[in-house]
Amino acid sequence: MIDGMIGKKLGMVQIFDESGHAFGVTVVEAGPCTVIQKRENSKVQLGFFEVKESKVTKPRLGVFKKAGTVPFRILKEFSAEDFDSLAVGQEIRADIFNPGDVVKVIGTSKGKGFAGVMKRWNFGGGRETHGSRSHRIPGSVGQCAWPSRVFKGKKLPGRLGGAKVTAPSVKVVDVRADENLIFLKGPVPGAKGTIVFIRKK
Amino acid sequence: MEQMRLDLPDFRSGDTLKVHVRIVEGTRERIQVFEGVVIGINRKGSGTSFTVRKVSYGVGVERVFPLHSPMLDKIEVVNRGRVRRSKIYYIRKLRGKAARIKERVKTYA
Repeated sequence: MIDGMIGKKLGMVQIFDESGHAFGVTVVEAGPCTVIQKRENSKVQLGFFEVKESKVTKPRLGVFKKAGTVPFRILKEFSAEDFDSLAVGQEIRADIFNPGDVVKVIGTSKGKGFAGVMKRWNFGGGRETHGSRSHRIPGSVGQCAWPSRVFKGKKLPGRLGGAKVTAPSVKVVDVRADENLIFLKGPVPGAKGTIVFIRKK
Repeated sequence: MEQMRLDLPDFRSGDTLKVHVRIVEGTRERIQVFEGVVIGINRKGSGTSFTVRKVSYGVGVERVFPLHSPMLDKIEVVNRGRVRRSKIYYIRKLRGKAARIKERVKTYA
């Protein structure tokens, strides 16, 4: 079995379990991914998201020509236990996952732009009232004569989000391989329509 | 979504419903009826919910039910009311005669 695949986050819906409790699930369009290359160390490269030939670079196009497939936007390597039985051009569908599996989901988080310390580092901020004029400011950034500088790694405002984030353990609620859908319990990183990688733990 | 309940009757704000709710107490299961006026429907696909209000011993009680919940046994429409807006939250401030809702005679769509 291959240890993961590429998907597209579609959004979240609410569903019910057997006891009638409602909970949120993320719907991911998982695959179908195509095997593009077989690498060393039982790694296979999967392609997902078909695109026009003009959308990929010429060196990339050569890879797809060799595999005899249409071009894909996303290529990603996964390791496979049944490496020998996989063939180039073969489709990998969502049925490699089963309901109840716990998976890792890797995505690009939503960009928050230039964020202050309260949003970025969960600082407490200052008082809102009683004459306070420090509401969302970071406060002191260090000492005085020694060390006469701000330590490296000091938590300060800056760019937040838009980075690779891994959700380390996400439960698979339902798999519909015929519709290429996977239902994951709770949220996963990224905005709707972004690419996520689902890996077995 | 095959979980969606298509067996429930169509209703709208202003209607009076009897909502039969399954209640699990330990191992036993029984059915409780909540009767009141629908004051709003929050339409969100499979996450749709609706709010039912009743006045019980002079105290207003509101309950929000997920429309597609398997815990809903059935819904009976007691009365169809004519109201001019989809969310009739103003009814919370009205008492007695003013809080009545006229019956809807005309059927829409």
